[in-house]
Amino acid sequence: MKIAVQADAFDLNAEVEALRSGRLDVGAVASFVGYARDLNDGSAVRAMTLEHYPGMTEKALAAIGEDAARRWTLIDATIIHRVGRLLPGDPIVLVAVASRHRGDAFAACEFIMDYLKTQAPFWKKEETATGARWVEARSSDDAAAARWHPPGSEA
Amino acid sequence: MNVRLLYFARLRERLGVGEETLAFDGATVAELLAVLRARGGVWAEELAPGRSFRVAVNQELATPDTPLADAAEVAVFPPVTGG
Repeated sequence: MKIAVQADAFDLNAEVEALRSGRLDVGAVASFVGYARDLNDGSAVRAMTLEHYPGMTEKALAAIGEDAARRWTLIDATIIHRVGRLLPGDPIVLVAVASRHRGDAFAACEFIMDYLKTQAPFWKKEETATGARWVEARSSDDAAAARWHPPGSEA
Repeated sequence: MNVRLLYFARLRERLGVGEETLAFDGATVAELLAVLRARGGVWAEELAPGRSFRVAVNQELATPDTPLADAAEVAVFPPVTGG
């Protein structure tokens, strides 16, 4: 599994190619790329800065990937998250999951993103016309992560 | 014992500190938070029960009853907003 926290941009095609190259058992790769938007909560966003908790971030991402690998039959996965100052349109996060069949890849990719949003220690600060502001966590993200736990289950 | 405290993002800015080492006689996260709240002012306000923040001990998400050992790394931060 590849886990990276980096300032530099990533190349989706290169990452998918690296994930599947030489693995002829891979029948499916599902990928997700998140981008910085120019509008959030009704305000134009000029730029954002992503802060993280070095050390814990990498551990948290690896733990989420391992959790996904326990829940679905995966061959490999790549999780890359950028930090530092990003402009609207810049890619922020990449998740790519390789498996034998599409169902496992689709589900694991969505699960990893849902958990990343609520468990990995990153914080966004946006620059707007009225100054800088920290992005508030969304309850919809908690709900998205929670739906992977059936009622009454422990995980 | 001593614990190393780290603060991130909005809480780091609001509390005016990113990192400190604290001599602490308690045993759990809840007791450590009580010590920090007793500083009053912005500490009492931001770390008040019911406020939305997270605590990690040795880089794993913790709960109020998570035990603390000497040289523990304790991070206090707002709910995360990556992705």
